[in-house]
Amino acid sequence: MPKRNDLKSILVIGSGPIVIGQACEFDYSGTQACRVLREEGYRVILANSNPATIMTDPGTADATYVEPLTAEVIEAIIIKERPDALLPTLGGQTALNLTMELVELGILERHGVEVIGANPVAIATAEDREQFKHAMEEIGLEVPISDFAHSLDEAMVIAKRIGYPIIIRPSYILGGAGTGIAHDDVAMARLAQEGLDASPITEILVEQSIAGWKEFELEVMRDQADNCVVVCSIENFDPMGVHTGDSITVAPAQTLSDVEYQEMRDDAFACLRRVGVETGGSNVQFAVDPKTGRRLVIEMNPRVSRSSALASKATGFPIAKIAARLAVGYRLDEITNDITKATPASFEPSIDYVVTKIPRWAFEKLPGAEARLGTRMQSVGEVMAIGRTFPESLQKALRSLEQGRHGLNADPAEGDLDRMSEEELDQAISIAAPDRIFAVEAGLRRGRSVERMVELTGIDPWFLDQMERISVARVALSEQRARSVSGEAVLGELGRVGLRRLKRLGFSDVQLGYLLGCDPATIRATRKALGVLPTFKTVDTCAAEFPAETPYHYSTYEEEDEVRPSPRPRVVILGSGPNRIGQGIEFDYCCVHASMALRAAGYEVVMINCNPETVSTDYDTSDRLYFEPLTYEDVSNVLEAETKAAGVDGSLVGVIVALGGQTPLKLAGQLDPSLILGTSPASIEAAEDRAHWSAICERLSISQPPGGTAVTAEQAVAVAKRVGYPVLVRPSYVLGGRAMEIVYDEAGLERAMSRLLGSDEGSPVGGVLARDGGVSDDRPVLIDRFLEDATEVDVDAVRDAAGEIVIAGIMEHVEEAGVHSGDSACTLPTQTLGASTLSTIRSHAAALAEDLSVVGLLNVQFAVKDGDVFVLEANPRASRTVPFVAKATGIAWAMIAARVMVGTTLETLREEGLLPRVIELPRHVSVKEAVMPFNRFPGVDTLLGPEMRSTGEVMGVDVNFGLAFMKSQMAAGSALPSSGTVFFSVADRDKAQGLEVAKLFVELGFDLAATFGTAGFLRSNGIDVAQLVAKIGEEAMATDAISLINSGGIQLVINTPRGYGPRADGIHIRTAALVNAVPCLTTLAAARAAALGIAAAKDQPLVVRSLQSLNGPVA
Amino acid sequence: MTIRELGHLVLADGAVFEGEVAGFLRDEPATGEVVFNTSMTGYQEILTDPSYAGQIVVFTTAHLGNYGTSPVDDESSKVWCRGTVLGDLADRPSNFRSTRGLPQFAMDEQLPILASVDTRRLTRHLREHGALPGAFGPQPIEVLLEAAKREVGTDNMDLASVVSTKTAYELDGGPFRIVVLDFGVKTTMLRQLQDLGHLIVVPASTSAEEIRSLSPDGLFLSNGPGDPAALTTPVDTVGSLLGELPIFGICLGHQLLSRVLGATTYKLPFGHHGGNHPVVDLSTGHVEITSQNHNYAVDDGSMGRALVTHRNLNDGVVEGVAAEALRAFSVQYHPEAGPGPHDARYLFDRFSNLLNGANHA
Repeated sequence: MPKRNDLKSILVIGSGPIVIGQACEFDYSGTQACRVLREEGYRVILANSNPATIMTDPGTADATYVEPLTAEVIEAIIIKERPDALLPTLGGQTALNLTMELVELGILERHGVEVIGANPVAIATAEDREQFKHAMEEIGLEVPISDFAHSLDEAMVIAKRIGYPIIIRPSYILGGAGTGIAHDDVAMARLAQEGLDASPITEILVEQSIAGWKEFELEVMRDQADNCVVVCSIENFDPMGVHTGDSITVAPAQTLSDVEYQEMRDDAFACLRRVGVETGGSNVQFAVDPKTGRRLVIEMNPRVSRSSALASKATGFPIAKIAARLAVGYRLDEITNDITKATPASFEPSIDYVVTKIPRWAFEKLPGAEARLGTRMQSVGEVMAIGRTFPESLQKALRSLEQGRHGLNADPAEGDLDRMSEEELDQAISIAAPDRIFAVEAGLRRGRSVERMVELTGIDPWFLDQMERISVARVALSEQRARSVSGEAVLGELGRVGLRRLKRLGFSDVQLGYLLGCDPATIRATRKALGVLPTFKTVDTCAAEFPAETPYHYSTYEEEDEVRPSPRPRVVILGSGPNRIGQGIEFDYCCVHASMALRAAGYEVVMINCNPETVSTDYDTSDRLYFEPLTYEDVSNVLEAETKAAGVDGSLVGVIVALGGQTPLKLAGQLDPSLILGTSPASIEAAEDRAHWSAICERLSISQPPGGTAVTAEQAVAVAKRVGYPVLVRPSYVLGGRAMEIVYDEAGLERAMSRLLGSDEGSPVGGVLARDGGVSDDRPVLIDRFLEDATEVDVDAVRDAAGEIVIAGIMEHVEEAGVHSGDSACTLPTQTLGASTLSTIRSHAAALAEDLSVVGLLNVQFAVKDGDVFVLEANPRASRTVPFVAKATGIAWAMIAARVMVGTTLETLREEGLLPRVIELPRHVSVKEAVMPFNRFPGVDTLLGPEMRSTGEVMGVDVNFGLAFMKSQMAAGSALPSSGTVFFSVADRDKAQGLEVAKLFVELGFDLAATFGTAGFLRSNGIDVAQLVAKIGEEAMATDAISLINSGGIQLVINTPRGYGPRADGIHIRTAALVNAVPCLTTLAAARAAALGIAAAKDQPLVVRSLQSLNGPVA
Repeated sequence: MTIRELGHLVLADGAVFEGEVAGFLRDEPATGEVVFNTSMTGYQEILTDPSYAGQIVVFTTAHLGNYGTSPVDDESSKVWCRGTVLGDLADRPSNFRSTRGLPQFAMDEQLPILASVDTRRLTRHLREHGALPGAFGPQPIEVLLEAAKREVGTDNMDLASVVSTKTAYELDGGPFRIVVLDFGVKTTMLRQLQDLGHLIVVPASTSAEEIRSLSPDGLFLSNGPGDPAALTTPVDTVGSLLGELPIFGICLGHQLLSRVLGATTYKLPFGHHGGNHPVVDLSTGHVEITSQNHNYAVDDGSMGRALVTHRNLNDGVVEGVAAEALRAFSVQYHPEAGPGPHDARYLFDRFSNLLNGANHA
C-alpha cells in the first residue's frame, strides 16, 4: 500500500517542556517524524512549547508554533493552518492527552481533522485502566487483580478485598505520578487520596502488588496490513516495584527461554490487536513470576514512548521514523531498513551485544526528597552503554553517569561502602535507591551468596551472578597485587590475555589503576604495549548478517575493528552525557546544530555521547556516532580510532568541547590542547579561576560584586566581613548552581560552609560536593556580596578567530538576581533596561570576549542595580539560553559558533547567508519560563533560589511582554487566572514593592486575601483586602491559607519569603498551591509580570504565530 | 569466574579466531561446516536440531546459557551439531524451567564449545566468504588448520540418512493418519502435526509402496541436514506418491518436493539461520517473521510445475512452493518454530484443510 495522497498537511503535536517522565526522547522521535513526513511531501505543522528542541527548529517543519499546548491554542492553529490530519503518537503522553481532549471537545470533528497513527478508541482502551483490563481479560491475558475507585471510601473497600501490599495507580497520568505501594490502611488512605487528586478523571486503580516479580517490556510495531514485529525486548534489572523509568534496564531480555519469549511475543501482538493500534509503535509491559513463569500484562502505551527511544538506540531500528511512515499508509515491508539500506523494515532486529540503561537522579538538588525509588518515576535523565557482555555494558553505563564513579566500585568512592557495618550494608542492599547497585556489589564481595542477595533485592540471580564475576575478578586482582612487588609487575603477569579478560568485564583503566596502585596512564600504556586495544563494533540491526551502511559504533575488547578508513577531514563533537538538572537538552541542541553546520561545510562529523534520549545520538545526526561514556579513557580511544581511520591522507581537525555543557569541558584539560577547537582550555580556565577572573575585570574596569574565595569556614567568614552580608556562596566548576546559597548572616554562612565541606552532621563524607570534586585550593568556594533586588541580565555573544564580536541576544530576567538563571523567566528583547545600560552591557561583553580570546560562544551574566552594571560571571562556552536566543531571533547561533570554532570568520558566514548582514531587534517579545519538577517531590519547598532545580523550559511569543508572559505561564502548565482571589503573603522587606503589585491586581478586578500582617499594611495604604487569612497556629481567628487554597477559594498565590521570612508557613502554602495546581509566584517581579500579562490578555484574544512568520525561514 | 584454557577456531581458508575451550573436550579438534545463527533465544532447540548435523554452530547473541536447559526443549534425542562457538557462556542458569546449566548440558551431551570468541568478526567473515569448514580446540593452530582442511563439508552429503529414525514409530494424535518421512524431524514439528493426526514416523529410505501400505491421509516431509541433491531415493518415493496424497514439506522436505516438481536446488553462500527473517505470503501479501535454518534453497529460475507461494523479503529467496492440483505444498522455513516466532503456524491449518479433502490449501 503506498502512502496516502488524500492527505496534504499534517499537524504534529510535540511533548512540551522537559519534565520527569517525559524528556528529550520526544524531541528525538518528533524530529524524526517531522522530517519523514516532509520527505514524503506533506506540509507539516508543528505545535510544541519547548524552544530548546531540534523539533522546533524552523527547518524541521513547514509551520512551527512555539505556543502553549492547550486545546484552545491547538484549535487556533487548526483554524489558521487547516491541517487534514493530526499525528498524536510522537509527542508522549502530553500529545496523546491533548488529542483526547480535542476529540472530546469536538474540535477535530468540527474542523474535519483526522487522527492518524492511533484512533481515539484505541487510545481510550489502552489508557483507561478499566477498559484495558476488560480488553485483556477478553483475549485471555492475565492482568493483576485490581479494581477501580473513584473515591477514598471506595478505595478502602477494595483494599480490604484484595489485601496488602497494594499498588495505587491513578488513571491518565504519565511517568507513574501519584503511584505508590501501600502496606497498611494509613499509607493506603494517604496514597489513594494523592492518586485521586493526581488523576484528571479522579480515578485510581487499586491493585494487588506484584513487587518482586521480573519485569519485561516488548517494543512492538504494527502496520495497517496487520504485520507485526517486535523491535526489542527489554528486561528490568530491578524487579517490579520500581518504576520502569527508574529501573536499570537491559536489552535484549536475558533470562527468558525461547518458549517463554515467544509466548510473550504472541501476547504482545494480541494486546495490540485487541486495543486496536492500527499502525505505529507501542510498548507492552509484562510481569513474570520468577517461580512459576506466570505472566501478567501490566500496561501498554499506544504510542512512541521513552522505551521506544531506548529501543531505537539499542537496536538501530528507528521506531519513530517508521511509525510516522506507517501512519500515512505505508506497510512495514515497503520501508527500507536505514542501516542495511537493502533489507525491509518488516523484520525483527537481532542484536549481538548487551545494552544497559541506567537512570540518573537529582536528589542532591532537592533537599527534603527521600532518595528512595518506587513506582513514581523520579529520575531526570539516563545513560545507555553497549558492550559485548552485560558486565562490560554495566560498567560502561556506570561510568557514563558522571557521578564520580569509574565503574561498579573498585574506585576511591567505594570507601563509603567499605565503612558500613554488615547491618548497614544489608539495609543499603535491600532498599531500592539510586546507589543500591554499588551496595549490591559490596555485598557480593563481602561474601553474601547470590541466593541471599536475591532474598534481599529480588534481582534476578543471573544479573547478580554477572556482577559477582566483576567482584571475583577484582578480588583476584587485588590478591595478586598483594602477593606481588608492584602494580606494574602484576600487569606483566596478567599479560595480554589476563588484561583483556578484565577489559572484557568492563573495567576502566582508572579502576585497574586503583586496584593495582598504579597511575591509570601506566595501565593505558601497558595495555597498548600488550596490544589490548579497544575494537569498535557496529550496531547494525542484524547481528552482522548483512553489511551495515550506517556507522554507529561502540567499543569492546575483541579482535576486529569495524571503523572504515576515510580521508575526509573530521571534527569530533563531545556531547553532554545524561540529562540532569542544569545540563539538559539545550546542550544537546547545540551539539546537533554544530553537527549539521559542519557537515554542511564539508567536514566528516563524529559524535560521542551516551544519552539515548537525544537527537545527537540519532545515527542520522552525524557521519559517525560512537555510543560511549564521556570519560578520558573512552574519548581518547575514539580519538585514536579516528586518527587511525583518517590515515595519512586525512586529518582529525579537532574536538569541540564547548557546546555540551560541563561534561566535555571537564575533559578538555586532559586532552591534547592542540586538538581543542575554539576557545582555548586556558581561557576557559581563566574565566573560572577566581583570581584570574577578578584580574581581568579589574583590568577592563568592569565592576563586579566584591568577594573572595575560601576553603575553610573561617576564611569564608573573613571574606563576608569584608564585603558585607548578604553573600552568595557557591562552589567553583559546577553547573546549574549546584549547592549555591544566599546567606544573610554569619551563622548562615557557617552552616553553608559545613554543608559544602562535609563537617555538617548527616552530610556525606567530603560534603555535598563529594561527587563534583569536593572543595580544595584548586576548587575553592566563592563568596560574593549578593546584590539584593538587582535585575539579572544574560548575554550570549559569538567571537571569531579574527576578533569580530556579535551579540546574539540580551535577556532580561523576570526574577531578580539570586534566583538561578536557569530557574528564572527571561525576556528577549529586554523590557526595563535603558539604552545606556544596554550599551554598557554590550561593551563589557565585547571586552570580555576579546580579553578571553573567545572563539565561539560566550555567555556573560550581569546584575543591574540602580543603573550600575556588575558582571557576575562569564562562561566562554555554549549556555543554556542559546536555543532560546536562536528561536527568539531567528538566527542559528550554535551553527554559527561551530563554524567559527573551525576557523570560519563571521564575515564569511554573512556571505554564506548563515548570519544576517544586519541583526535587528525582534519586533515580537519572547519569554522563556522554567518548568519545575516539584509535583514529583511532595516534601520539597518550591521556593526559587540560587540552586537550579528546573528540568525544562517553555517559550511564549507575542507582540508585547504581557501577552508573551501569559503564554509562557500557560505553556508551563500554570495558566494565570483572569479573575478571582489573589492570596498575598510577602516578607517584610518586600512590602513596599508588594503594595504596588497589589494595586495592579485590584485594578484588574481581583479580590485580595492576605494574612493579618500583610493585610494591615495594605489596608493602611488604602488597598482593600477582601479576606483575612490566619497563619498556621492562628486558625481560631480565621481560615488558614492552606484550607482556603484546598477549598478552591484562591486563584493565584503570591508568596515571597526570603532570608528569615515566614519560612515555615511559606512551605505549607506553596505545597498546598502545588497540590491544588494553583499558580504560585514566589517573587514580586514575577507577580508584576503576571499582572501585566493578565491586563494585556483582557483586551486581546489569543493569537498564534508560527516562527516562520515571525522570523522568516532562517535558523 | 571460570578461567578456561585458551583455544582457537581455524577455518579452512586459514582465518584464526581466539577463544576459550569449554564444554566437552575431545582428543581431536571439533570439526564441521561453520554456520552462524542470529537467534537471540532457543540455543537448546538449535543444538538438538538434527538439521545441524555435520556443522559447527556459531551463535551471534552475546550471552549463551542464561536460562539453562530443560528436557522439554529438546528437538531430538541428542545434540547433532559437531560443536558450538559463542561469545559469553553463562556458568549458572537462571530460570524456573531449567534443570541443567548449559556447561553441564554440554558435558552430558558431549558438545565441544569454544567460548569468548569475537563471534561478530567470525560472522562477518562467514558472510563475506560463505560457510566454511573449520576446526576448534586447544590444539596448535597448524593442527587445527589441517583438521579444517580435511573436513569435507555438506556438499553432496546424504546426512539425512544418518539422522533419520532407523525404525518406524507411531505417535497418537488427531483424526487423520499422517506418514512423516523423517530426514531429521524436530520434536516441535511432530507436536504440531499431532494436533492434526496420528503420526507414523518412517525412515528416510521408506519406499512409496511401504507408505501406501500404511494407508495414510497425508504425507509429511520433514526438515533435515545436508544436500537435497544427494537424496535420490526419497525424491523417487515422493514423486511416486505425488498427486495421490496431500503432501506438506518443511525445509529439506520443501527442497525435495520442489525437486520432485522439477525445480533444482543450490547452495546459498552462508544460508539462513535465525529467527527474524521476513517472508511474504504471496497469496495474501501478509508478512510473517520466520524461523529459518537452511543452507540450500530452491532455484527461482527452474520452478518446473511448482508455483512460488512465499518469498524471503531480505534476499528474494524462494521460501514456499505449491502445486495446487497435486495437493502438495511446502515451505523452506520453520512454521513449527521451536525456536522462533509462531507467525507461520497457520500452514499446519492449510495442511489440515488438504487432509480434510479441500481442493486447495
